[in-house]
Amino acid sequence: MHHLRKILAIVAKDLAAELRTREMLGAMFVFALLVIFIFNFAFELRAENQRALAPGVLWVAITFSGMLGLSRSFIREKDRGSLEGLLLAPVDRGVIFLGKMLGNALFIAVIDFIVLPVFVVLFNIPVTALPPLAVIAVLGTIGLSGVGTLFSAMAVHTRAREVLLPVLLFPLIVPVILSAVKLSAAVIDNLPFAEAQQWLSLLLAFDIVFAVLSFLFFDYVVEE
Amino acid sequence: MKHHTHLMIGLFIVTGLLMIGAIVLALGVAPDPVNLATPTERFAQRIFYFHVPNWWVGFLAYLVAAVAGALYLISRQERWDAVGVSSIEVGLTFNTIGLISGSIWAKPTWNTWWTWEPRLTTAAIGWLMYVGYLILRSAIENPQRRARFAAVFSILAFLDVPVIFLAIRWWRTIHPVVIGAEGGQGVGGFALGPTIQLVFFFCLVAFTLLYVTLMLVRLRTEFLSQRVERLRQHLMFR
Repeated sequence: MHHLRKILAIVAKDLAAELRTREMLGAMFVFALLVIFIFNFAFELRAENQRALAPGVLWVAITFSGMLGLSRSFIREKDRGSLEGLLLAPVDRGVIFLGKMLGNALFIAVIDFIVLPVFVVLFNIPVTALPPLAVIAVLGTIGLSGVGTLFSAMAVHTRAREVLLPVLLFPLIVPVILSAVKLSAAVIDNLPFAEAQQWLSLLLAFDIVFAVLSFLFFDYVVEE
Repeated sequence: MKHHTHLMIGLFIVTGLLMIGAIVLALGVAPDPVNLATPTERFAQRIFYFHVPNWWVGFLAYLVAAVAGALYLISRQERWDAVGVSSIEVGLTFNTIGLISGSIWAKPTWNTWWTWEPRLTTAAIGWLMYVGYLILRSAIENPQRRARFAAVFSILAFLDVPVIFLAIRWWRTIHPVVIGAEGGQGVGGFALGPTIQLVFFFCLVAFTLLYVTLMLVRLRTEFLSQRVERLRQHLMFR
């Protein structure tokens, strides 16, 4: 139980820092919107192909803006010199990882929840699709944040820093993007649940396995 | 050291002879498969003797790197890091050759250079992952940290490959399944006769030995460069 309290303390710290500076959420949201708009120009979205492209557009917006948040996660600590303080805190390294991961997932989920209604309006999708899309968005966000947090901690110790994160992260999270896109498409096309079930299992399995692996490897990444 | 050099030269000669043998057997001795209609298809089919061993070596190389990564994290010995980076460089070379030669085969057989098929897609994503590995290494100066990050990444990447493959296989596949499938499946598949099998296993052995040879050469370079690095540090902080 006291572990949970420590994890939540780290989340609260990140949340407080964000609420005071507001340097991430605003930028992430605008960026996600921009991605959706740019796709409109790039594909000249018309009524007939809109539905077919919608899930892909949604997930490119979420993963790209999520990447912004993830890369700031540790760079912010490092630039303010608070990374050493965080690592010196008398808690397990695993607790620090879970706190940072939960914080990252929370930030991306906030963006998901703001972008989804806009997305539904712009792509003319029935409002009843919102709750299942929100669940898929949360599951996909957890998948992003697991390995994402680990690689963010890695990238901050390299010369290339934020440039490196997407290069390392995108190939690894292909299963997350693929299953999230397939699930979203199934919801938008109103397919029966049985047809999408395998993608849901894959997404859940990836979320769990890669969060656990990242949790285990975090110790090796931050040790000095 | 001199003893090692003799062994290496011996290995070079054996590998070279086996590879020449593999070329002769694959192009000259192996019979045409019975079910392929056009001459173009029958010529293109001979990639099989190099393409499959080629991917076997790629897989083996990445496996060796992941195991070396785990051993590094446990033992913290520099040599496991050297094994990891050497194996991934060799694996990436085979991965690249496999992608390009596979495309050349796909053109006459599938009438397209590329298709988003599970094996092709997985191979391409794997290529991107391991190029990322090399970029990651080049962005870190501290050798211990570089070794740690590289080890973690090589293990995660290797574990991810089957997941990616599974995810992408749930789209339909047209890549031939030749081994373990009666009569061959997929577009461009064929049945394995006894001579074909014999030539294939010869090529498999030749390629595996080629991997071992390249690995040893690359490893030796890595050990030398580690030694140079140590000497440089020693001189600087004397």
